[in-house]
Order: sequence, then C-alpha cells, then structure tokens
Amino acid sequence: MKAGTHRLSGNEACAEGAIAAGCRFLGVYPIVPALEVVERFLKRCPEIGATFVQMEDEISVLAAVLGASWTGKKAMTVTSGPGFSLMMEHLGLGVMLETPCVIVDVQRGGPSEGMPNSPSQGDMMQARWGSHGDYEIVALCPNSPQEMFDFTIKAFNLSEKYRIPVVVMADEAVGHMTDNVVIPNKIELVSRKYYKGKKDKYLPFLREPALTGIPSMVDIGNGYKFHVTGLTHDERGYPIMNAECQEFCVRPLMEKIRKNVDEIVEFEEKDTNNAEIVVLSYGITSRVAEKAMDLATKDGIKVGFLRPIVVWPFPEKKVRELSKKIKAFVVPEINYGQIVYEVERCAGGNCNIIFVPSKSGAVHEPEEIVNAIKMGIKEEKREEVIQVKISNQQ
Amino acid sequence: MAKKKKEIHPMESLLRMDRIPHIWCPGCGIGTAVTAFTSALEKLKADLNKVCVISGIGCTGRVAGYVKLDSFHTTHGRPIAFATGIKLGDPELKVVVFSGDGDIIAIGGNHFMHAARRNIDMTVICVNNFIYAMTGGQVAPTTPLTAYTTTSPYGNVEVPSNIPQLAEACGAVYVARWTALHIRRLTNAIVEAMQKPGFSVVEVISSCPQYYSRINKLGDGLDMMKFYHDNSVIRHNEPTENLDIDYQKQIIVGKFIDRERPTYMDSYKKWLEEVKHQIPKSPKIQNT
Amino acid sequence: MRANPKDVFTGAYYIDGDVSSAYGAAAAGCKFIGGYPITPSTEAFEAFVRRAHQVGAISIQMEDELGSIASVIGASWAGKKAMTITSGPGFSLMMENIGLGAMLETPFVVLNIQRGGPSTGLPTLTGQADMMQSRWGSHGDYEIITIAPDSPQEMFDYTVKAFNLSEKYRCPVMIMSDECVGHMTEKVVIPSADKIEVEPRRFYKGDKDKYIPFPVDNLVPPMVKAGDGYKLHLTGLAHDEKGYPLLTQNSKVKTQNANTRRLVDKIRLNVDKIIELKEDGIDDAEIIVVSYGITSRVAIRGIEMARAKGIKVGSLRLVTVWPFPEKKITELANKVKAFVVPEINYGQIVFEVERCAYGKANIVLVPHGGGSVHNPDDIFHAIEYAAKERKNVDGIIEQKTNLYSLIFEKEYKLHG
Repeated sequence: MKAGTHRLSGNEACAEGAIAAGCRFLGVYPIVPALEVVERFLKRCPEIGATFVQMEDEISVLAAVLGASWTGKKAMTVTSGPGFSLMMEHLGLGVMLETPCVIVDVQRGGPSEGMPNSPSQGDMMQARWGSHGDYEIVALCPNSPQEMFDFTIKAFNLSEKYRIPVVVMADEAVGHMTDNVVIPNKIELVSRKYYKGKKDKYLPFLREPALTGIPSMVDIGNGYKFHVTGLTHDERGYPIMNAECQEFCVRPLMEKIRKNVDEIVEFEEKDTNNAEIVVLSYGITSRVAEKAMDLATKDGIKVGFLRPIVVWPFPEKKVRELSKKIKAFVVPEINYGQIVYEVERCAGGNCNIIFVPSKSGAVHEPEEIVNAIKMGIKEEKREEVIQVKISNQQ
Repeated sequence: MAKKKKEIHPMESLLRMDRIPHIWCPGCGIGTAVTAFTSALEKLKADLNKVCVISGIGCTGRVAGYVKLDSFHTTHGRPIAFATGIKLGDPELKVVVFSGDGDIIAIGGNHFMHAARRNIDMTVICVNNFIYAMTGGQVAPTTPLTAYTTTSPYGNVEVPSNIPQLAEACGAVYVARWTALHIRRLTNAIVEAMQKPGFSVVEVISSCPQYYSRINKLGDGLDMMKFYHDNSVIRHNEPTENLDIDYQKQIIVGKFIDRERPTYMDSYKKWLEEVKHQIPKSPKIQNT
Repeated sequence: MRANPKDVFTGAYYIDGDVSSAYGAAAAGCKFIGGYPITPSTEAFEAFVRRAHQVGAISIQMEDELGSIASVIGASWAGKKAMTITSGPGFSLMMENIGLGAMLETPFVVLNIQRGGPSTGLPTLTGQADMMQSRWGSHGDYEIITIAPDSPQEMFDYTVKAFNLSEKYRCPVMIMSDECVGHMTEKVVIPSADKIEVEPRRFYKGDKDKYIPFPVDNLVPPMVKAGDGYKLHLTGLAHDEKGYPLLTQNSKVKTQNANTRRLVDKIRLNVDKIIELKEDGIDDAEIIVVSYGITSRVAIRGIEMARAKGIKVGSLRLVTVWPFPEKKITELANKVKAFVVPEINYGQIVFEVERCAYGKANIVLVPHGGGSVHNPDDIFHAIEYAAKERKNVDGIIEQKTNLYSLIFEKEYKLHG
C-alpha cells in the first residue's frame, strides 16, 4: 500500500502490515472476529503474488503455515480463541522446528465458543503455556489499528530473527476499531539467516554460540536434503532418544529467548518516576487505563503507566524495579486474572497488587480503574492479590 | 366480540418457543430443514425424551438451540464425535447430528468418515448451503467450482466434496439428498433415515440468500426455490459418483443408498457374546 | 457412597502405574473411555479395555484425540462417568474441548502420562512439562483441578479421587502423571469395595419443567442426563441460567459475567477443601523442597543427603498442583530461607512458588529437560547452595545441573 495516512480497521491494518512485512502465505480457517484480515489479504493477493489457502480446520492451517515457511515464504495465520486452542499442537511443532511464522489471535470472549463478537484478553496465558512441553514464545499486544500494522511487521521481524512463532494477541475491539493508520515510506525488515556453505555440510540445528545461537535455514528444494523432526533431535536434525539430547535440543529453545530478553522486551511507560501507583495494562485495556490515569492525576494522585508491548517474554526486570518504588500496581484485564499473576510474581512482595477484572465482553469503565487506584493509596500491604469488586458482578 | 384466540404454532411442542425468533435470515433453507425434521419426529411418533440432537458450530449449528429435545451445541467439527459418546454411553437414545457442510465435511470430515465406517447408529442431517455463512461467506468444501465467496474473490478453484459419494464410500447405510424445496420428500427421507439402524446421512441443499446468493448474484430465497424447482432431477439409486454439483447446473436428488450393515452396537454385542468365555472372571482376592 | 464390588478388583498386584490407574477408574465407577493410542499412556487404555467387559463399561478408540475428548464429554452427559487417556501431543489436541467441558460444567477425568516435549519430543521417556498447560491450555477463563501421583499405588488411589472431585465440582480433573510413574511396576494394593469412597453423580429429581441447568445461586447444581425428558440445551457459547445463548450485547455481558465467573468461583471458593499436600519435616526447616509427581521421590534422596550434612530440610509435596496452594507457600515463605524446586522442565511450577513467596524466601530452580529423572546430587547441591546463600535474591536462581555442564561446557558428543 502507498505510504501515507489511510483509514483502516485494525484487522485490515494487520493484513496490510503482513503484506508490507513481506508475508506471502496466508493459511486460515474462517472464524469471527478475525475475518477482515483474510478478506483484505485476499483482495491484495493477485497484486502481490501471495498464496492463500483456506484449510479444513485450524489444526491443518498451522501445519500448512509451517510448511510454507520452510519453502522460504514468510507465512502467517489469523484466528481467534477456539481456533487458537486447536493450533496448540502445531505451535509446539513450530517451536521445536524453530520455524518462523506469525499467528494473529484476535481474542474473543471464552472459554469454549464464548462470545464471538466481544473483546477479551482470556488467551494471554494460553499463548505462553498452551502447548505441551517446555518452550518460550514471543507475544505482542497492539492497542490500535496503527499498532496492528506496526506490530504485525514487528512480529515478522522477531520471528525471522529468532526463528520462533510469534503471536500477535489482538482483541475484537482493536480488530474492529477503525482509525487513521500511517504507513511510512521506509519499513525496516529482518530476514532469516540463510546457510551459504556447502550443500552436504548443512546442519539445520547447528548453533553458534552453542546455547543461544540461532541456526541458519535453507529453503526446501535447493538440494540440501535436510531432515527435521518434532522428536528430540541433535544438530543434524536426527532424533536421539535420551536425556542428553533433550538437554541439547530443548534448553536452547528456552535460552535463545531468555538470554536475549532485553533485546526483545519492549514497553511504554509514562510518569513512572514519581508515581505512587502504576497502572499496568496491555492491549485495548491500556487505552482505558490512560483515561483513568488522567482522571486520577486530576484528583492529585501520582499515577504512572506501564504498558508491556511485548507481553511474552514478560518485562520482569522493569516490573521488579518499579515495585520497589511504588505502593501498588493496578492491573486491569478483560479476564478473571492472568497477567496479574505475572505481575504478582515479579513484584516479589514489594508492593500491593490490585486486580480489576472486567465484566467479560466489555472493556472497563475508566471509573473502575480510578477506584482501584484510590484503593491502592489506602490499602495496607497484603500478601495476596487484592480483587476489586465490579458493580454488576453477581 | 369473540376473544382472539392465541395462535399456536403447529410445531410448538417440538420447538423451544422461548427462543423464537430464530437467528436465520429470511429465505434461508435451514428453517425448512428443521420443519422437515420436526414433522418427521411427529410422523415417527418417536419418544421425544429419547431423541437427542447434537450440533456443531455455524448457522445450522444453531438448530440444537431451537428444538425442544435434549440438545447439545458443541465445538466446531466435533458433533459426530460428541454424538458417538452419547450413543455409546446410552445406546437407547436416538441420536441426530444436525449441522452444516463446513462443520461436518471440512473440520469434522475425519469424524464423519469414521462414524460412517463404524456404522454408529445415528442420523446426520447435513445442511449444505455451499458456503460458511455464520462467519460471513467463506469458501466451503462444498462450494461449486467458479462460485464466488469472500475467500474466493475470483471464483472457487477447489473441487467440491460430493457428500453422498463420501458417505457411501465410508460405509453409510442410508444416503439421500433433497433440497429445501422438497419438503415432503425430505421429511420422508428423515423418517426413513431415523428408522434405519446405522449411520444414515440426509443432505439438504439449502439456499443462503444472505451470502451465497448475494455474493453470486443469484437472487433471494424465492429465486433459489425457483432454481431448485427448475433444476433438480429426482433419480433414485443414481450411482453416487454422478452426484457432483456444478455451479448453477442440475442437482440430482433422491435416495441413493439403502443397504444393510451391522451397526457398531450390534457387532459389539455379538462379538461380546462370542468371546464371553474368554473374558476372565473377576480376579480372586489375593492375600495382601 | 461405597464403590460397587463388581467394579473393584480387590487384591495385591504387581502392576505398572498405567494399569493401576485403569483399575482405579473402574473402581471409581468409570463406565466410558474414549481414547486414542499414544505412547506412553497406551497401557492404561489397554488395561481398561480389557476390564471394560467385566464392569459393563464401554470403550472406544476414536479417530483422534479431538474425537476422544468430545466423545467423553458426550458420554458424561449420557450419565456415564467418563475418562480419556493421553500424553502431551494428544493433550494439546484436546485443549479446545477441555474448554467446552469446563464451560458445560461436565465431570470427566483426563489422564495425561507426560512425556518429553515440546512437539513429538521424547515419546518413550519422561517429562513434567505439561503442568502449566493443564491449567492454561484452553482459551478463555476457567479453573480445573490437577493431581500428580508419584507411584503405581497412588495412580489407583488418586484416579478414584479424581473421579470424586470431578463429580463433586463438575469440572474436568487432570491426572498429570508421567512416563516414569506410568511404566513403573510396583506392588499395588486394591482394597475391598467397602473401603473405597465413591462420589456418585448427583442427579436432579424435581419437576421436569422447572429444571434450570445453571442456577445463579448454586455453583455446583445437580445434573440431568440426555434421555430423561428434561429437554436440556447446552452450548459452548456464553449462556444464561437456562443454558441458552443470549445474543444482545447487554444481556450477554451480564450472563457471561455470571456464568464464566462461576467456572472459576466454584474452585477458588473451595480451594481449602480441594488441596491435598504431603509434608515432611517442615516445622523447623530452613529449606523446603517443593516437588510433585515422580520428582518428589527423587527429591527424597537429595533431602536425605542434605540432612546427613546437618541441613534442616523439609519436603512439601504437591499432590494437587492446581489449584495451587498459595496460602501454604506464602505462610511458609515467611518462615524459611529458601524453596528448592526440582522439576522435569525448564521452570513451570517454580513461577507459581515465586509468585506466592512474595520475595520472602529465595527460590532455587533445579531444571531438567526430561528423558530421565533428576540426578539426586543436583537436588542436594541446590539445597546446599540455598542453605549457604544469606541474602534474598530477586527472581529465580537456576541451579546448573551436571547434565548442563556435560552438554554445554564440555565437549560432549551426542552421536558417533
């Protein structure tokens, strides 16, 4: 799309972001509320020469996306809660094969079919823990159509750089919100590292340095005749069934993210220096939180604002550092408590944690967050998460 | 002045009237399929306490919410698997899976194949409207070649599934196809299918004025009925390989398969009888 | 209620954990198993299939794990106590329908014999890396109960308990065992039926027209089953007390709030009744080893080695891992110097321990990727380190294991 200002919905901006990032394969299965991404992408398909496939279910979708990625295409899928649950097995495969790809989860009310047309933040922990076995993941949380565009590009860059599936955790409200989206002239793109050596010497999982390095890739069909497997494998990609190989194979999946956490983690902060209370929020909730912060500042309360842009890996250091300076974190989420547990963990008892659940299916009222902020000033130190009661809670 | 008598819908006893009006669009064929189903229940004089409807997700998936029977609205693609559990959990029940083509043939295709192969005693009413309607008109495994959908904006290139042929190949004992226009024949087919022990499939070709017809500019529900009237050909026992549906061409309807195969529960009981002597008696109590 | 003598194979056996669990399921009154073969859980499925005809149960091998869990939820609504058996990859496939089970408040049991992951990983070797998945693996908000047995005997006992809990709270209960426990052969004593407490399904018996499946004032209402003439309707969509989805935005918000809130509340308000812990020497302990499943047995050796050196070590074994014993950990954190958490993964439950410790005690993680159990030396060294460390350290301290040094610090050859 031409550089300049466009009026796009979040979902459309996501499709444009993907195209701008060089995504040339989209695999999907229809699900509300993520459809507009597909429709937008499809319209542009012939023009950009991209491939599109609608598979028979979400299980096969992610499998197809992983396959496409190994052909050298930047590949993506979009889905929502139930589809995301079905993708869990292949998310693990993507991690194990260190396959770059992007999954956009436009979250809706859950569990199960829940509320297809309402926003939610109920899949946050699932993104990190939803597949079996140990792995680390990168997840981004946009809060506007502009960020849907920017973060989709960022997701591709991170995924290509670290050879890992990256999840964009949007929600229905952001997906269906229409706003101005500025498309810049120049967009910085990162591409995967290709192996350039001799064909018969290629080792698909050879790391330099041994623990945290990112192995180089090759595309299928170039005569490298390599093998990859979801089984525990050595640097040749061949399965070996023992504890030594497990340590060799799986620990780097963790370490390549954990050791690079400072490079990956990104957050936005405002007025945290003198703050007594910090509101920690992400996604659509952060926009309400900003409003609440303004209201509370007017009342003379020193409120700061912290928004993880990259939610996984969690900005542990920042939260730990702030917790030592402030009285309480206020954490509003559209769920019954997920990221708040991470905040509680990293705060290490240094300050209070106040959780503001939401009437599911709706974003918070700013007053609810303001009340929680006021509560944070008064409340004595406690060793548990303090839950705010929401007015129409039954 | 005589008091105005409250009008009672003839199907009231079979529908959840507290859930009406339903969500289907004007001109949609799913309502007709439900009427055919409820009429079939009346004809069958079935014990309604023992009839159970399981749906997946989608427009047709909502059927379970409107029929006054034990009804389950399950996950996408899994109604047949869910129903298998119900049928085996309580073999006395009459189990009907009522769902759409995307739910049963695409995401649930695997379960469809295997339930047919096992010949689980259930009736699958598959409403085929050629499109994913609930999500806004995406290409379905049944979308005819060249038809437009939101995810085939330049026309569909995928060869569609032939549901009766798939059902026959997998082992279904009863396979029929009717359109939403053939309401009496459809009703009779459902009656037969439900009486038939084993895996029976009734495909209902249905109009989707809001998506399929609108995107392809085929007119409204009535136009589709006219199309069915002019283009459907009744050919009983037609070999199922001839039953492909081309875009806006003739639709062959009728009863194609009616054969006998032992059902899963029959085989299971028979087998259990045969191997009875092999089953060890409860173990003797050993000293601990 | 006591178990039905027909279902209980009383006696002393020399069997593995998988088989023991299958016998436990039978004793608890399980009448339906929908399974799909997956190493290393297949023995449990096979054992139940062999016994099914004696106890009048049905077993079916479905076409995949999605099918097996869906059939289990279906069977549960047909009035049968039901169970499925799987391992990591199958467990991942079940995630969508575990959400459905939670949403419909269906009692059923999932036995997960964990193996090394992620993906296909190590099919024949052990792991404990699905612990967080059992709590967070499906989308949306819900709560479940997770039990981690550590011996074939416990596989029997806690399978019975799992059924009881699931009937009592109408929620999915996961038995998160692992390959070691599953394939470990030991003496298992199955008591006579009158010594086995079994929670029967609670059925609604009132007026047919007055049945409300999800009353607002009762978090765990009695159930009905398909075929009893109640004409119930259930949906995975957000629903009201009648079980009907509501489509207008306002009313939907209200119902979702009431009806998903209950999914978490019925567990969160009853945590004290659900949680089971096994403690050893924690009263005057300086260091506490928090472990679960097979690792708790390996930890005993490490603890003994440390005690021989005069270190005051206690052991806290999580029998129920979810809901997490938050209060207990917070209470202990105020008394001890450090928690040592050995797990066959690279850190899962340790995050929960860290969360609940409130910065009051050091947290030492002893990670192990899987494929085998810990070397007790590693646990011992971690305890030794924890006893020496004087100041409180921010965050988790990771103990470098022998295996780590072997692979990443020495020139170890994986293959010839």
